[in-house]
Amino acid sequence: MKKVLSGNEAFARAAYEAGVGVVSSYPGTPSTEITENVSHYKEIYTEWATNEKVGLEVAIGASLGGKRAMSCMKHVGLNVAADPLMTLSYTGVNAGLVVIVADDPNMYSSQNEQDSRHFARFGKVPMFEPCDSQEAKQFTKDGFALSEEYCTPVLVRSTTRISHVQTIVELEDRVEAPKFAPENNIPKWVMIPANARKRHRFVENRLELLTELAEGEKYNKIAMRDKKIGVVCSGVAYTYVREAVPEASTLKLDLAWPLPMKKIAKFASSVDKLYVVEELDKFYETEIKAQGIKVEPLNRDVCGELSVDAVRELFGLPPVETDVDTTLPFRPPNMCPGCSHRGVFYAISRLKLFVTGDIGCYTLGLLPPLQAINTTVCMGASIGMAHGLDKATDDMSKKSVAVIGDSTFLHTGINSLVNTVYNQGHSTVIILDNTITGMTGHQPNAGSGKDIHGNPMQKIDFAAICKAVGVKEENIRVIDPFDIANAMEVLKEETSKPEPSVIITNKPCIFADRSVIEEPYFIHEDKCSGCRVCTKLGCPAIAWDASKRVALIDENLCTGCHLCIKVCKFGAIEQRSK
Amino acid sequence: MKLDILMVGVGGQGTVLSSNIVCDVALAAGYDVKKSEIHGMAQRGGSVVTHIRIGETVASPTIPLKSADIVVSFERMEFLRYSEYISDNTTLILNTQMILPPSVADGAAEYPQSKVDSVKSKFSKVYEVDAISKAIELGNQKIAGMVVLGILAKSVPFGKEEWEQAIKDRVPPKTIDLNLEAFNTGYNF
Repeated sequence: MKKVLSGNEAFARAAYEAGVGVVSSYPGTPSTEITENVSHYKEIYTEWATNEKVGLEVAIGASLGGKRAMSCMKHVGLNVAADPLMTLSYTGVNAGLVVIVADDPNMYSSQNEQDSRHFARFGKVPMFEPCDSQEAKQFTKDGFALSEEYCTPVLVRSTTRISHVQTIVELEDRVEAPKFAPENNIPKWVMIPANARKRHRFVENRLELLTELAEGEKYNKIAMRDKKIGVVCSGVAYTYVREAVPEASTLKLDLAWPLPMKKIAKFASSVDKLYVVEELDKFYETEIKAQGIKVEPLNRDVCGELSVDAVRELFGLPPVETDVDTTLPFRPPNMCPGCSHRGVFYAISRLKLFVTGDIGCYTLGLLPPLQAINTTVCMGASIGMAHGLDKATDDMSKKSVAVIGDSTFLHTGINSLVNTVYNQGHSTVIILDNTITGMTGHQPNAGSGKDIHGNPMQKIDFAAICKAVGVKEENIRVIDPFDIANAMEVLKEETSKPEPSVIITNKPCIFADRSVIEEPYFIHEDKCSGCRVCTKLGCPAIAWDASKRVALIDENLCTGCHLCIKVCKFGAIEQRSK
Repeated sequence: MKLDILMVGVGGQGTVLSSNIVCDVALAAGYDVKKSEIHGMAQRGGSVVTHIRIGETVASPTIPLKSADIVVSFERMEFLRYSEYISDNTTLILNTQMILPPSVADGAAEYPQSKVDSVKSKFSKVYEVDAISKAIELGNQKIAGMVVLGILAKSVPFGKEEWEQAIKDRVPPKTIDLNLEAFNTGYNF
C-alpha cells in the first residue's frame, strides 16, 4: 500500500518494519515527530529521555541486550550525544543500532547551522543521506542490517526538507528482527586503553570494508545523461539538481560516509566537467579535491539552504527576477496568549535585569516589548553563564538572572546548578516550570508527571532537587508567575543575596493543561485611559485601536489568564461571565 | 499535468489538515506528490507556508520562483509575503479573514490593505471568500478551512468523490457531515 508520509513518519515506519525494540530520544526540531510517531507502534518500547546523551546510551544498552534500537535527535543534540557516539564506534553493537540526526539548513528552528556529516567522518561510522521519505524508510531499514553486519552504529542524516517534507512511500510489513542474546564480551565492551587500542584497529578495518560497500552496486548510483556536466550530490540537493539541470549526469551519494572515491574518480573521468552540489559545508568537495580529482568551482553559499532556483543560478542559468516586499509587518513567533512565562518576563523587564537565557519557548522573551533575554547559546547554558558572569564582575549577580525551562533544566541544567553551589556562586536561577517541553510541540518530560504515551508517572520535584544539591531552603522560592508584584518582590530579594537562589514558577503551559483556560476578558472603552500599559505585556490577544486610542482584547485569542488586569490601574478590564 | 499549490496562513489556522487532504487526493488520482512545510518555532503565531507539488514525477519538494499555479491564502495579507512565487497565470484563493501582525495590533504599523488590493490585481483569477462567516453560518468557525478547500477543489482537475473520501479519512468521525457541508459550500461558491 502507498501512503503520503513525512520524512519523520517514514523514519518511524522504518523502525516498525525493521523490528526495532527500543527507541529513546530527546525532542528537537526538526526530528521530534520521528519518536512521537514511533510511540504509536505498540510493538516498540518508546521513551523521551532526559537528554540526547542519555537517549543514545539507552539505545546502546538496548543493543547490548539484543534488541534493535534507535535514537533520534536534532543536529545540536548530536553534540550532546557525541561522547557516547565516539566510543560506541569502537565497541560496535550487538543488535542493530541507528542514530537519526536532523540538520536544519537555514535555521528555521535552531541556534546554529552545523553540518552533521562531519560527525560521520569524526566518529568513523557510516552515514546514510536519503533524498525523500521512501529513501528515509529504506535507508533506515538498511541501516539496522548494516549495523549488525559491520558491527557499527549507523547514522542517518535528515534535514528540515527531508523530515518535514511528505512524499509517497510504499508500506511494508514488520519483520521479525534477527535474534541476539545479551552480549557479555569484556574486550569488546570495556573500553580501557588496552582494549580500546585493539578496537581502534577494528574501526579502521571496518571503514575499509564499508568503503567497499560504498564502491559497490547497491548504493551511490551513477546516472549518465549529458556528458558535459557531471554532478556529485546527495539528499534533497539531488532533487534540486534533477529539476534545475535535468540534462546533467549525476552521482547520487546515498552514503555520505565513507565516500566511494574510486567511483567518483571514474565518474569524473567520464564527464567533461565535475561539479559538487551539497547543502552547508563543502564536505564532499573538500574530500574529493583531497584525492586530486578536479572539481569545477561553483559560487555556492555555504550559509542557508539550496533550492531549484539557487542551483539554476549556480549553473549560470538566468535568475528569475522577483520583487519581494520587505516592508510588510512581520509575524514573528510569539509567546502564546495565556503563556505562563509572560508575567515573569514582564517583572524582569520592569527591574531591568540582565538575563542569561536558554533554549525553549521562553527564548521568545527577547522580542519587544519585553526584550528580557540577553544571551542564548545552547541547552543548559544559562546557569553556567550566570555563574561566569558573577565570577567575572563585582556586582552582576545582583543585576542578573539565569532563566531556564523545566525540560532544559533536567536536560543539562542540574549539573550547572551543582557547579554554582559548589563554587560558592551568587547567581539567581529562575526555573520556568510549565510542566512540558513546549517549543518542540508539547512533549512530556520527567517534570510533567506523565510518560510519552500520557500515562501518569512520578513527577520530578524541582525544589527538592535544588535543596539536595545544596541551595539553602530559604533561597528556594516557588512563585505564581501571573502574580507580577510578588514576582518582582521575590526577584529583588533573591538577587540581592550573596548566595545561590532558585525561583521556581508553578503554572502549566496552556497546552499542557487545557483546564486552565477561562472565559475571555474584554476592555471597557469608557474606562480605558489609553495608557497602553497592557500592550507592554506583549500578549497577542491585546491590540491597540489607534483611532479610538483605547486598547482592545481579541476574545477569540484570549485564554482568560488575567495577567492584564494585574497591570491595568483603571479597572478597565473585565472577564466575560459564563 | 503539473500543479504547484502554495498554501499560506498564520500558525494555528489549520493549513496542515487542508494540505494533507490535497496530498491524499493527488495520490488517489495516481499522481506523484510532494509537500513541504516548516514546523517548530514558526508555529507560534508566525507566518506559515506549505508547498504542494503534483505531477507525473515531482523532483524538488519546494516550488521554484514564479511557478505557483494556485496560491491559497488563509489570511487576507499573507500571500503578500510570497509574491515571488506568483506568475501571470497564478490563481489566488483568498480567505478575507484578518489576523493582525503584532506591530499592527499595538498600533506601530498599519494593516497593508492597499498592498492587498494592488497585488491581488496581478493574479489571473481571484476567488475571494469570507470563510469564517460561512463557517459560522454552518455552526462552527473551525471549519473555515474546509470552505477554502472546497473552492480549491473546484479549481483543480480531481474528482469530487476523491475529495470527499479524503475528507472522510482525515477528519474526526463525528465531524464528517459538518466538514463535508463546509467543503460543498466552498465547492459551489
